[in-house]
Amino acid sequence: MHPAFSVIFLTTLIGTGQGLFLALFTAQSYAAVDFVTINNPHQFYAYGSGIAMILLIAGLISSVFHLGHPERAWRTAAMWRTSWLSREVIALPLFMFIVFIYGMMHYLQWDPTVLVTRQPLQGQLSLYVGILGTVLGFVLFICTAMIYACIKFLQEWHSPLTVINYILLGTASGFTLATAYSAVIEPELVTLYGTWATIITLTAFISRAASLIRNKHIKHKSSIQTAIGVRHSHIQQKSMGMMGGSFNTREYFHGAKTCFVRSMKWIFLLMVFVLPVIFITTGMKSGNINILVFAFIIQYIGLLAERWFFFAQANHPQNLYYQTVG
Amino acid sequence: MTQLALVIDLNVCVGCHACVTSCKQWNTSGPAGSMCDDNPYDQDPNGTFFNRVQSFEIGQFPNTELVHFPKSCLHCEEPPCVPVCPTGASYKREEDGIVLVDYDKCIGCKYCSWACPYGARELDEHQKVMKKCTLCVDRIYDEELPEEERKPACVLACPTSARLFGDVHDSESNVSVMIREEGGYQLMPEWGTKPSNHYLPRRKTRIKIHDDELIRADNPLKKEGVKPSKIIDDQTLDDVTSW
Repeated sequence: MHPAFSVIFLTTLIGTGQGLFLALFTAQSYAAVDFVTINNPHQFYAYGSGIAMILLIAGLISSVFHLGHPERAWRTAAMWRTSWLSREVIALPLFMFIVFIYGMMHYLQWDPTVLVTRQPLQGQLSLYVGILGTVLGFVLFICTAMIYACIKFLQEWHSPLTVINYILLGTASGFTLATAYSAVIEPELVTLYGTWATIITLTAFISRAASLIRNKHIKHKSSIQTAIGVRHSHIQQKSMGMMGGSFNTREYFHGAKTCFVRSMKWIFLLMVFVLPVIFITTGMKSGNINILVFAFIIQYIGLLAERWFFFAQANHPQNLYYQTVG
Repeated sequence: MTQLALVIDLNVCVGCHACVTSCKQWNTSGPAGSMCDDNPYDQDPNGTFFNRVQSFEIGQFPNTELVHFPKSCLHCEEPPCVPVCPTGASYKREEDGIVLVDYDKCIGCKYCSWACPYGARELDEHQKVMKKCTLCVDRIYDEELPEEERKPACVLACPTSARLFGDVHDSESNVSVMIREEGGYQLMPEWGTKPSNHYLPRRKTRIKIHDDELIRADNPLKKEGVKPSKIIDDQTLDDVTSW
């Protein structure tokens, strides 16, 4: 498939935003049972939600560039019964709304205790909002990934690994960002976030590597024989019906050289998994903010490469009809 | 239930592209607005087409055969492009099974084109909406036209009658009979899309002539015995009569 930058930015930006929110809520739920102490919790959650909102809005803006008619985008909520894209379009604003409410509750320091349970667990309202946000965050991850995973003839995508990768990669980048963010305003959380960021990044490495191995050995069900229905082992296209190219020749080919595609794979494996883990570990030990910020930037750029590769690797069966200019 | 569809006979298609041009002419002049056509006679021509004719070489030299392969939307009975559409712009008509796009609802997200394994959909670069073969829905029901012209433009244009149009759910229709009797098949059956359009394969016309049909076993000349010999210097009837 042709990797569209609008979709690459959309999926990586909202993935990081969702991951950051999950990270914020992780800290809050740890704090609720006194696993960690946060000096200025309201400020930490409020600014963190603000960053998550900025990422989500940036993702939403970049998605607009993918549409031919963005002014009709409101229609996309119509077919949620059948379309994962429609479900995503509903889940994203809902999630953003909850993140906004969560952030505002902390910013205004309005957090009444609604359900007093035994100490140390406190039943603050923001905890319940956070649980709702966490659920919606995962729903959004699933919707985004299922857009790709549900197309059965894009065999590289049609796998549960696609969903797992979207969840893990988004969460990993969110936790890496949270590590850098906490280093700036709540340094006592760096160890918590850094440890989780490392664990999630390594888990994501396992699942992404699994999908790479799966895709390397994939057997495509469609062939030129099934495409035109002629049973012969030697079929060669002589003409695709036009010389100048069309939507069919642009939308489904990545247009890059094989060596470029292959190098992208190694670049993203290095930048998403290896380098961030090294930087997070050293940053955690030294407490150097710059290293942790750098870890996030490296990982985010790596995710752009990862998403590019994700699209480029998918081989659409319609390409069988467009092999020869003529 | 009716399912209108095309049956394309690869045995008689000569690859003349008449269906391509007549399709473009009819549909670019239609109520949905023109289909874009940039630099048609210049470098890098580019435009929207609903129908293409491709050519495939089957076999290896010298035993090759060129198959011309017209390709348009197959109006699947289980169209994978329809459920993925977030706005409901893509739909399959209940009454005749034609898969259509509502150009006023389409947001141009291209998701349906990803979900079509045949590459039957093209985004119009000017109107920014997804376009595809409509089976000339604005023509086949037009009562202003004489009845024999209420067919898709490509079907009318085909000089070799390689394109047949009809209801594939009616088992006695022309297209159903052709599918049944001439070995009609569907493209990429592995995805369960159940395309309504069918293709008829190349057929070889051969007759088997047995040896006894060339040499008559009961030829009296082959009978044993004295063969009648020609009587030399004997007059025949022709010699003695003047007609």
